[in-house]
Amino acid sequence: MTDSTDSMLDVGELADCFRRMLAIRIFEEALSDLFGKNQLGGTSHFCIGQEACAVGVVSALRKTDWLVSNHRGHGHLLARGLDPERVMAELMGRVNGYCGGRGGSQHMCSMEHCFLGTNGITAGGIPIGTGAALALRQRKSDDIAVVFFGDGAGNQGAFHEALNMAGVWKLPVLYVCENNGYGMSNPMTGSTAVPQVSDRAAAYSMPGLVCDGMDLLEVRRRTAELAKSVRAGKGPALLELMTYRYCGHSKNDPRVYRTREEESEWDAKDCIERVATALREAGIADEQIDAIRAEEAERMQIIVQRCLAAPYGDREHALGGVYA
Amino acid sequence: MPENDKNQSIFYSKAINEALDEELARDPSVLLMGEDIGVYGGAFGVTKGLHEKYGAERVLETPISENGFMGVAVGAAMMGLKPVVEIMFMDFIALALDQILNSAGKLHYMYNGQVNVPMVVRTPGGAKGGYGPSHSQMLSNLFVGIPGIKVVAPSTAAQAKGLLKAAIRDPNPVIFIENKRLYPQRGDVPEGDVVLPLDKAVVAGPGEDVSVFAYSAMVPVCLAVKKALAPHGVSMEVVDLVSLQPLDMETIFASVRKTGRAICVEEACVTGGVGAEVAALVAGNCMDVLEAPILRVGAKDVPIASSIELEKHILPTADDIVKAVRDCMAW
Repeated sequence: MTDSTDSMLDVGELADCFRRMLAIRIFEEALSDLFGKNQLGGTSHFCIGQEACAVGVVSALRKTDWLVSNHRGHGHLLARGLDPERVMAELMGRVNGYCGGRGGSQHMCSMEHCFLGTNGITAGGIPIGTGAALALRQRKSDDIAVVFFGDGAGNQGAFHEALNMAGVWKLPVLYVCENNGYGMSNPMTGSTAVPQVSDRAAAYSMPGLVCDGMDLLEVRRRTAELAKSVRAGKGPALLELMTYRYCGHSKNDPRVYRTREEESEWDAKDCIERVATALREAGIADEQIDAIRAEEAERMQIIVQRCLAAPYGDREHALGGVYA
Repeated sequence: MPENDKNQSIFYSKAINEALDEELARDPSVLLMGEDIGVYGGAFGVTKGLHEKYGAERVLETPISENGFMGVAVGAAMMGLKPVVEIMFMDFIALALDQILNSAGKLHYMYNGQVNVPMVVRTPGGAKGGYGPSHSQMLSNLFVGIPGIKVVAPSTAAQAKGLLKAAIRDPNPVIFIENKRLYPQRGDVPEGDVVLPLDKAVVAGPGEDVSVFAYSAMVPVCLAVKKALAPHGVSMEVVDLVSLQPLDMETIFASVRKTGRAICVEEACVTGGVGAEVAALVAGNCMDVLEAPILRVGAKDVPIASSIELEKHILPTADDIVKAVRDCMAW
């Protein structure tokens, strides 16, 4: 038996996952809107379309398992239960953000949520999560480290070096590759010598699984299965979630490298709509589903307004705190 | 003589070994990581005996994956361990620069103080006769100007021991620059748990006429020049910078205010070196007392050739320092 009971969901839990996935999408759509109005600086990498990955993985873990994320990390932060207002405030550079505006989208951390940070260097978080796993083992904890990264990161040396060490040392770490098919604009076939990132797991003596990243329940099931094995001390594992970002790589991407036909094929696999269908099949009325959508949309509007009114840090905040 | 001044004369490398040994014994969160630091005892023998004493979990032998294990050390440090990483030759630190620059130095600030990164990167810089272009550079200049990290470069056995203890106990990432030429040098090391400040320069040889600022293996060279020039009526003050980031401006400026002349000596390339930074600070703060231009002595802007005879033309020598002192005194 490969499944574990804790990967099963009752209707209430499924509705919670639906709400969380929806909240992530609405959050990022609000961000996109803010960029359009020039109310946000810098850039952001949206995970619109990939919400089942974040929610499926994180909901299958303990709250005390440590997460490490990458540049496309808003979904991971929100799935872990960080306060969306403080995440948004951080993206807007406000002092009440999780990192006081110093970190922003790609450098956001919340230690109280066992979230070791998003990371602006493509594979930069992979060795860091591996080090967290080393520390967990040293302290004889049965919590595990879980590292999110994209298919592009599989081509950086840090990926190979870290997975090799985790394999040699049998560390309690689950590597989660969200394969959305493109490293910015470069498709897998143009960048990666193997068809799947998880094909590389064998090189580091760990199991590598491919799974439909648009299917919440499947992501949850596979995560629970691998997390159980990692937690039991059987060494690291690599889970590859096949997914798609409905938006560009970052805010100014016209998506010239892929076809509208390909996009519409993936649109039909929308992970949020699939969960909505499952809810309907479980007897939840359309009105209830629509009510969740309306509630989340309204909540987001309030968050945006509150964050726009929040203060920035002062000069002392900008210049201080370089050293501990 | 007070009790605690009881000294023992040991090699610089042994002083580092003692600091590691004592810190491993004192604090269970201290962990050594690096290539061949286990049974082999490190390429330069610095970690000899520690693997047998503390086991493979705390003296963790890594594959040849510098950026990978530097990142592993960062992650472990964020979780409360205190990794001491050995990079076998300072030139190899280029492979691990991403994790030093983008993680170790930035995390405490960018995560708004939620995490500390208490780690030490030990690495021997400098040439030692014939190691060639990829095994000989002093790259101290690469690390000065990365906010969030501290950089120290001890010149004596006593400093090596006391500063390494301080570096391990510091909550920030510290680049600890050792030196292949200094490893076999003996020096007196005080007994007991002596911890030295990470941010203080030391007047290694007091003098009156000209301040010479040096660090690492150039300090003993400068002290030898001081001795040689004394009979010629030149009184050099040799200031060992010790801390390259932050620089101890108080000690630097006090020395220049006394002598009115400044020379910077280092084994790194002159261009963009630590000496350039010291010179700029002295010019900006001590112009009223300067009696001569600030001069710099360092390696030529050339890769370090393998041939020992070629190497001599590239590295700074005692003669270069003598010439700089004479030029400075001629004003």
